[in-house]
Amino acid sequence: MNNVIVLPLLIPLVTAVILIFCSKYVRAQRWISAFSVIANLLVALFIVNQVDHQGIQTLHMGGWLPPYGIVFVADMLAALLVLTTLIVATGCLFYAFRSIGEEREKHYFYPFFQFLLAGVLGSFLTGDLFNLFVCFEVMLISSYALIVLGGTKRQLRETLKYMLINIISSTLFVAAVAYLYGTVGTLNMAHLSLRVAEIQQSGIISVIGLLFLIVFALKAGLFLFFWLPGSYSAPPAAVTALFGALLTKVGLYAIIRTFTLIFYHDTGGIHAVIGWMAAATMILGSLGAVAYKDLGRILNYNIIISVGFIAFGVAVANVDSLNGAVFYLMHDMISKALLFILGGIIIATAGANKLSEMGGLMKRHPLVGWMFFIVALALVGIPPLSGFLGKVFIVRGGLSEGHYWLTGLALASSLAVLYSLIKVFMGAFWGESPAHTESQTVIIPRTAYVAAIGLTVMVFVLGIGSEWVYSYTSQAGAVLSDPSLYIQAVLKE
Amino acid sequence: MELYMSLAIGIIFAVGIYQILSKSLLRIILGTSLLTHGVHLLLLTMSRLKTGAAPLLGEEASSYVDPVPQALILTSIVISFGVTSFFFVLAYKAYQRLGTDNMEELRGKYDE
Repeated sequence: MNNVIVLPLLIPLVTAVILIFCSKYVRAQRWISAFSVIANLLVALFIVNQVDHQGIQTLHMGGWLPPYGIVFVADMLAALLVLTTLIVATGCLFYAFRSIGEEREKHYFYPFFQFLLAGVLGSFLTGDLFNLFVCFEVMLISSYALIVLGGTKRQLRETLKYMLINIISSTLFVAAVAYLYGTVGTLNMAHLSLRVAEIQQSGIISVIGLLFLIVFALKAGLFLFFWLPGSYSAPPAAVTALFGALLTKVGLYAIIRTFTLIFYHDTGGIHAVIGWMAAATMILGSLGAVAYKDLGRILNYNIIISVGFIAFGVAVANVDSLNGAVFYLMHDMISKALLFILGGIIIATAGANKLSEMGGLMKRHPLVGWMFFIVALALVGIPPLSGFLGKVFIVRGGLSEGHYWLTGLALASSLAVLYSLIKVFMGAFWGESPAHTESQTVIIPRTAYVAAIGLTVMVFVLGIGSEWVYSYTSQAGAVLSDPSLYIQAVLKE
Repeated sequence: MELYMSLAIGIIFAVGIYQILSKSLLRIILGTSLLTHGVHLLLLTMSRLKTGAAPLLGEEASSYVDPVPQALILTSIVISFGVTSFFFVLAYKAYQRLGTDNMEELRGKYDE
């Protein structure tokens, strides 16, 4: 029992309620949200430290012992993802201060931001499958509001599609929960793992597992990503940065959790399906990233490639690849947020979305150019930066299990990432500025620089201090590859 | 009884999916709301239909109904109520701004 692990969920909820009441006072809203996110960041650091020293932390809501009540579980994976989420949220919040516009700030941008955080953090921390659904919904409903906030024609149109997709996947989620509950009679994840192990992974369990895979793949953009490029290009850059860094990763987290803890017996069946989906995602994402010539689309397809890459690590499912998947997940959340923030800065300064209408930004904003170059290298996986170690582990895990084709494909997708981002870099920063932008000078706000520089520093920390970070991610990987650790921690009392 | 419920759920799902596949926005929203109703019935049926008394200790019955699915359904109803009402408002706003409720015309162009 540890009451601290509900705080990451509670702080944004309370903050959001407070923020609703001071929607007219923009400065106050900014201060309160910044203070709340940073306080939450400190709590997350504390939880990571606690999990490191005392093992998996649990909280039984209302004193109901599992498997009867809802339980919150902070193992190393959840704790690290909570920490990374809050780092990303701090970055996006600082970037949003000057870029989101006063109209949106007055119309409840900050409360929705906090509700979204509550949903995301709740999804990471909960140990109950139905509670996961509820946290997903909290996150999704705030994301509907954030994506449509501003009400341009394009936003309205894309939100309709985004909502429809998510309502259908939520419906399937409840249906899958119903089947699972009807079959094994419990919803606590640790208890589910035990019950599924008892009856062995029979046909019906495999079918239910596939249904869950479809649900989570829709949310994560794993193969079923047709909705993603359109929806993510509608809202302003700060919101897209938040979505790109967090929402798809929550889907990935759910895939990692369910298929390492509950449906891990039938590695030949479901995990092979995940592997095929990962391969298709990487190929199609690479095609998109290489083919398009406008910045927003290229960055959106880069999200898809990395989702495929992490799913490949999950499909292999040995200690090395799970270690790598956790490490890469952290790296990818931070660097995707940075990439989208820089993308937003580029679009704002160049005044255009198409690469052919940009150019010469290196002369005017050298710092932005260098940061973009660094994050591009980090996403490709160049050694001193954060993407390297995760890729090494996933590739090593893939080779040791004999997935040569998939490993080759994963490495080839890095080339597509390199090509697409260097194309953006050359298009936006090299050459001469187009005639129509010569006269106008756009000043990049200081808070945007703070956000981007802070996240760049984190990219370096994860890369140079990877030995130190690895001592934490290896604990997450250990729990993922041995479900009995998780089960014992939850059901011991 | 379970058989009839299964048939009913199947029909509700079929109608819901048929509505979602139509072009009109209003029909699509009604389709999603039918789908969620179908899922709630599914949840109720999956945990076996009435097998005992209400789950209160005062009943002193030999067997009780499982209360968990009902709690789940209640939660899910609340969520789907909120989401559906938001969807309706969004659809109305989109109809006002875009001047159409035909999904074919809401496809959107690549360049804009």
